[in-house]
Parts: sequence; structure tokens; C-alpha cells
Amino acid sequence: MSTSHPLAELTRAKARQIRRRALGMVYRAKQGHPGGDMSVADILATLYFGALRVDPANPNDPKRDRFILSKGHCTGALYATLAERGFIPIESLDTYMQPLSLLNGHPNRNYTPGVETNTGPLGHGVPVAIGVAIAGQIDRADYRVFVVVGDGELQEGSNWEAALTAGHRGLANLTLIIDRNGLQQGARTEDTAKLEPLADKWRAFGWDVVEVDGHDHDALLAIFTAPAGGRSKPLCVIAHTHKGQGVSFMRDQVFWHHGALSQSQYELALQEIG
Amino acid sequence: MSAETAICGRYDCRETFAKTLEALAETDERIVAVVNDSVGSSKLVGFQKRFPDRLINVGIAEQTMVGVGAGLANGGKTPFVSAAACFLTARALEQIKADVAYTKTNVKLCGMSSGVAYGELGPTHHSIEDFAWLRLLPNLTIIAPSDRWETAEAIKAAAATEGPFFLRLSRMPVPDLKRPAGATFRVGAAETLRDGRDAAIIANGVMVSRALEAAEQLAASGLNVRVVNMASIAPLDVEAIGAAAATGAIVTVEEHSVRGGLGGAVAEVIATSCPCRVRILGFPGFLPTGSPEFLLERFGLTATGIAAAVREIVGARKAA
Ligand SMILES: Cc1ncc(C[n+]2csc(CCOP(=O)(O)OP(=O)(O)O)c2C)c(N)n1
Ligand SMILES: [Mg+2]
Repeated sequence: MSTSHPLAELTRAKARQIRRRALGMVYRAKQGHPGGDMSVADILATLYFGALRVDPANPNDPKRDRFILSKGHCTGALYATLAERGFIPIESLDTYMQPLSLLNGHPNRNYTPGVETNTGPLGHGVPVAIGVAIAGQIDRADYRVFVVVGDGELQEGSNWEAALTAGHRGLANLTLIIDRNGLQQGARTEDTAKLEPLADKWRAFGWDVVEVDGHDHDALLAIFTAPAGGRSKPLCVIAHTHKGQGVSFMRDQVFWHHGALSQSQYELALQEIG
Repeated sequence: MSAETAICGRYDCRETFAKTLEALAETDERIVAVVNDSVGSSKLVGFQKRFPDRLINVGIAEQTMVGVGAGLANGGKTPFVSAAACFLTARALEQIKADVAYTKTNVKLCGMSSGVAYGELGPTHHSIEDFAWLRLLPNLTIIAPSDRWETAEAIKAAAATEGPFFLRLSRMPVPDLKRPAGATFRVGAAETLRDGRDAAIIANGVMVSRALEAAEQLAASGLNVRVVNMASIAPLDVEAIGAAAATGAIVTVEEHSVRGGLGGAVAEVIATSCPCRVRILGFPGFLPTGSPEFLLERFGLTATGIAAAVREIVGARKAA
């Protein structure tokens, strides 16, 4: 049990709001990736309301911290977070995946302020994050770079090429967060192409590794707000999460990787989230 | 084929793909399936149940998936490598070039949910560039079937023919096309589904049924239009293109970019050997958000849109 962080009450409230809004978007669009939206909600809430130095009024500030959602299918949670943080209007969430909407099923930086790079094909976020981190080192800038990957996504080889590069260069300004919910699209990761021992892999590639309960706001905040100054390696945060967290019938169910909610499911989910 | 589910008389050909593959695998032990966490989206749950040892799920790793396919072929297997067309072709393009086309391995690439079937998921998930980048590769046969019958025939042909294939399979429901009794499928041969002398529509994949509907609309207003199903983009039926050119006006229709696909292939032939007017219907580039049907409508890929393009090109020819 981690000690309580002064911002945790706020971030927990934000996470509830992100979950509610994301499910509303999926419900109205009749499609989306609610399982992964729910598993990453606490990570997004703690980053955006407790750690990232970003300014919705100046989304392209060169000094901003960078955040990349490499598991780009979880736009329900991402757009809800960006709206909650003031990057896009809350009302725009109603247009999610509607014809000509700026809120496409996968994030597009040319449509949506706050998005750094277009993701959707898995395995693209980490190399891009490394590029930003190297640029920051060259410029001696003090911004930090955060990137979230899915655990199934780690089966893409590009992540491991990137892991070598980041480890080799000692990119201490880079934090990779693995949404370790144990499930991919069709099955458990360990029944598909197993990842364990995962922490050992990252250590062997030259990274610092911490493991955390990815739904524990105090613990997430403590990690994300710790100064990067003391480190000489990139940081890999293995966030142990549950797909569908917060909604009993979705929790740990591979079925809810993608899908639509019925009205009664939606109402029940809102009740449970509170 | 009645067991498959019809949506308003239209069928998702992935089911035909899976059924045909299972039937072939029953009698041909060499057939294996290779997937990237795409068992469900490729409709291969049944295949996996029946032949658990012959379904290889490499995880979310398309480059490895295609390389493993090439290795399985080397080991005497006939791998059907099945994944969303966008990731299969874009992510693993060099594996397709080097390990499959250049090496000439007996790999059957099955690009599922091609075109804009993933509508709202956006350009990363649309596969409207695949004809263009695969058409450049020697040795690779490329087929975009138009309905259930042709899907089954193309899969059987791929299994029976040594060498690299790319089958472009949609999930967008299509009707069964009417064909003359005894119709046969031949790789590299175009199929004239309707005769006509005023103009020709050359289409493939999910656009063929729309092209036929357009021809019917045009017939009602006195224009007799030939409709050619160019399911094989490679090899290309150059003779059929010549015959279409004899009408004096060609409209090509594909669920693909207007650059480098079916239209590009036809234009290359027309420009170098049988000049005539050509209109290329397809998508202009990265597309906005919207459902598959919304996107097809918006870019004129409907029967009405195709008919309008034919009227325009015929009018332009008469005016000239
Ligand atoms: C290159 C690529 N291959 C396949 C897909 C299809 N796909 C989308 S999400 C997904 C599963 C992702 O699982 P994971 O990374 O664990 O995400 P989460 O569990 O957080 O939803 C797959 C296979 C894709 N988007 N990109
Ligand atoms: Mg996962």
C-alpha cells in the first residue's frame, strides 16, 4: 500500500469521469475498445492531472511534456481525457466516429490538439517517443516523454528494436508504461506469444523497471512525479491492470476487447463506476 | 452455401473463405493457417478447433507472420497467411517482397477486411493502397473476388497453384452475382458479366455488384454498357482491356486509391496500346471518418455514382 498522494483524490475523480465518458462514446458509436479504455483510464488520469506539463491553451509548446498513446485503439479513454483536460470540447465527444468527425477511431494529430502522433497500427509509439527523447537530449530540454503500450502490442518486433536503442542511449527522459492487462484481441498474451518474464526482458535491454498496480493512483502518481534527474536509464513501468476495470461484466473478459454496449449494459456500467 | 448468414441477401465472404479453407484442409494435409492474433477476425475459430496443430498464431507480429509463412512453405506446407489487409500488406511489405515474391515461395496471403471495411477506424485501418504496392511485385498473383462463389474458387485456385498469391477479401456484405451456368474461374482471366457497346465498366471485388447495378440503371436510359469483372489484377487480362477499349470509353471502379490500383493497371495498358477515354473511380487519399457505406457514397462508389461517371465520359466522347 503506497502512501497517499495529495493529488490522488482529484485523479481518482477524473478517472471515474474518463471511464463514464469513454463508455458513453462507445455506447453511442456502437463500437470501440472499451476493455482497453477501462484498463488505461487510471494511467491517463494520473498522467494528465498529476504529472504531465502540458497546456491546452498552447498545445504545441516546444517545452511541453510529450504523451503518446501507442495502443491507439483506446481513443475512448484518450479523447475523454483530452476533453476533461481542456484540449477538446466535452460536447465534441458525442461525435466520436460519426461521419466527418474530428474524433476518428484512432487518434489523428491533424484533427485533435494534444495528440502527438497518429497511432493505430500497433508498435509505432515507442520509436517515435525515442525520437522525441533524443531531440530533447540534443536540445538539453527538460521535457519528459511518456508512452503507453498495450501488453499484446509488445509482440511487435519494433518495440524490441526500440528497446535496444533507448537502452543503448540511456534515455533517462523517457518513460514507457506497459498496460499489463494480460489480454490481447483474441486471448491471453501468455496463451498467444508469452511475454514473461517481462521485467527481466526490459532490464536486460538496459532499462530501469518498476512494477505497480495500474489502478493505484497513489502509486502511479509517486512514479510519474519522481524526478528523472537521478536516473541514467529509460524507465519501464509495468502497470498491472485489468481489462474492463470498473465494470464487473467486462473485467478480465477478452470478449470486451472491442464491442458495443446495450442500453442496459451501459446503465449498469455507469452505476458501477459511480 | 446456405448455412452462411445473409444480411438482406448479402454475404460476408470471410465465412466462405473459412469454410472453403476448412474443406480443403480436410483432404490436403499440407494446408496450414498463419495468423496475427486474428483468429476471430479471419473467421478461423472453426479451423482452429478442427486442426489445432495447423493454426499458427504468432501473436501481433505481421513481419514474423509472413516470414514464418515462407518458412512453412519451405518445409512443404501450403500456408494461408491471414490478417487484416492493412497490416498484412503495409507492415510486412518487405517480407512479402523478399521472402514471398522474390523467393517465389508457395505462400497464400489473405488480406481480410480490405478496402474501407474498417470505416470509422480510419486510414491506418483502411487498406486502399494494397493493389498499388503489391502490383509492383513480380511473381505475385493478386485476386479480388466479387462474391461467395468467386471467393471459394479463388481459394481453391490458390491452393492448387504453386506460387505466391494475394487474395483480397472483404467483410462488406455482397450479393451472389448471376453467372451463366457452367461459369468457370481462371486466374488471370477477366469475366465479362454483361455485354454492351456504348462504354465499359471494369470493376473488381465488392464493386462488381454495384457496377452491374449501374449498368442496369444505364440500360433503362438507353446506354448499353459492358461490365467486366477484373478479379485478377496480376496477371492482368490485357485482351479483355482491349475489348473494353473498343467501346471507346472505360470507367474503372475499385475500393482502393485512384492511384496505382485497378485503374492504374488499366490505364497503363490503354496508354501504351489501345488509347480510349478512361475514368478511374476510387478514393482520393487518406479518408475522413465515417462508416464504410458513408465513405463509398461520399466518393461516388455507388451504382448511381458509377452510372453518373459513365454518362459523363460517354457525353464527353460524343461532344469531342
Ligand atoms: C500492427 C497491428 N496489428 C494488429 C492490430 C489489430 N489489433 C488492434 S488492438 C489489438 C490487440 C491489442 O492488445 P493490447 O496491446 O494488449 O491492447 P489492450 O489489451 O490494452 O486493448 C490488435 C491485435 C493493430 N491495430 N495493429
Ligand atoms: Mg492487453
